[in-house]
Amino acid sequence: MTESATKPALQPDETTARAAAVSIWEIFLEFLIIGATSFGGVVPYLRGSLVTKRHWIDDKEFVEMLSISQSLPGLNATNMAVLVGEKLRGVLGSIAGIVGVCLPGGLLMFAVGIFYRQHGEHVWITAALKGVAAAAVGLILSTVVSLSKKALTHNFDFVFIAATVIAVNRLHLGVPRTLVAVGILAVLFHRPCNAQEGSVKP
Amino acid sequence: MNQIPALIRVFAYLSILTVGGGMAAFPEMKILTVDVHHWLTFPQLIHLYSVGQMAPGPNMMMIVSIGQWAGGILGAIAVVVAFFGPTAVLAFIVAKAWKKLEKWPWRTSIQQGLAPVSIGLLLAGCFSMAKGAVTGTETAAIAVGVLLILMQYKVNPALLVLASAGVGLLTFIPK
Repeated sequence: MTESATKPALQPDETTARAAAVSIWEIFLEFLIIGATSFGGVVPYLRGSLVTKRHWIDDKEFVEMLSISQSLPGLNATNMAVLVGEKLRGVLGSIAGIVGVCLPGGLLMFAVGIFYRQHGEHVWITAALKGVAAAAVGLILSTVVSLSKKALTHNFDFVFIAATVIAVNRLHLGVPRTLVAVGILAVLFHRPCNAQEGSVKP
Repeated sequence: MNQIPALIRVFAYLSILTVGGGMAAFPEMKILTVDVHHWLTFPQLIHLYSVGQMAPGPNMMMIVSIGQWAGGILGAIAVVVAFFGPTAVLAFIVAKAWKKLEKWPWRTSIQQGLAPVSIGLLLAGCFSMAKGAVTGTETAAIAVGVLLILMQYKVNPALLVLASAGVGLLTFIPK
C-alpha cells in the first residue's frame, strides 16, 4: 500500500531484539505520550512513534496490524494499542497500551463535559459549536473519501456502500442487521475466485 | 436512579458496532443515548462528538462526557471500560488467529468485503449527524470547505475544527 512498506527500517531480527527489552512501563509511557499529543488523528502519530522513533515494530508489521485493526470492530487507535502491546509484552502490554492511549483524551473530555454542561447554553459557545459540528461533518466526509480511495477494490463496492447507507438511514434496519446482511453479500461478492476480476487498482 | 448498568449495556453494545471507526455506531448511539435513555439531547450529542474531534487520542473519548453526565465519575469509568473492553479482547484474540490465516483465501475476501460496508456505515453515521449539524447555508459551507481543504492540502484536521469554531463565533452570534 505505502511506498515505505516495501523497505522496512530495520531487519526483523533487529526489531525483535529491541522489542524484547521493552518494559510495561515504557509501553504505557509511550502510548500515554501518543494519547496526549495525537491531535487530529492517532494513526500518523503511532507510526512516527512506534516505527520511526522506537523501532518496536517495522513498517511491514505496522501496515499489517493497521489492516487488522481496520477490519475488526473497535477504533484503530485502541486496536493498534492492543496489537502492539500484545506483540511486545502480551496481555499486560496490551492493557498498558490501551490505558495509556485513552487516558489523556478521556481526562480532557471529562473536564470538557463538565464545563459544557455548565456553560453550553452561552450564546458564544453555541455559536462556536455550530461551526465545530459543521466542520466535523466535513472531516468525516474526508475520511470517507480517503478510505474509499485506499480500501475499495472493485467498482461494485459503491453499490454496497449505497445499500449500507440506505439500510441504516432510510429503512432504519439498525447497524447490526445492516452489517450482517450487506457484510455477507459483500464478502460473498469478493469470494476467492472473484477477487481478481475488474479491480479498480492494478 | 442508578444509570451505571444501563450505561454499561448501551456502550458495550455500541462497542461491537464500531466497524471501520467510531462513527459507524453513531446512528445507534443517537437512538440509545438520546431517544431511549435521555442522557442528553441530540444537539448536545453532536456538540460533544464534534468537540471530541479536537481532543488528542482515540476520537470517541466524548463518551466519557456522556458517562459523567449520567453517572458521575463511576459512570465515566464504566462507559470507557464497556466501550473499549469488548473490542480490545476481540482484537487480542482475533489478531493471533488472523496472522495464522494468512494463506486462507477467504481472509482477503473478508477484508475486501468489509471495506465498503464499513465505509457505508461511516457515511450513514455522517448523514445522521449532518441532520443536526448542517442546518443552513453557512453550516453547509463550513462542512464543504473543511472537506475540500482536507482533500487538497495536508492540514491537521484538529486545527481546521478549531478554525471552524472561530468561523462559528463570527457567523452565528445573534447581533
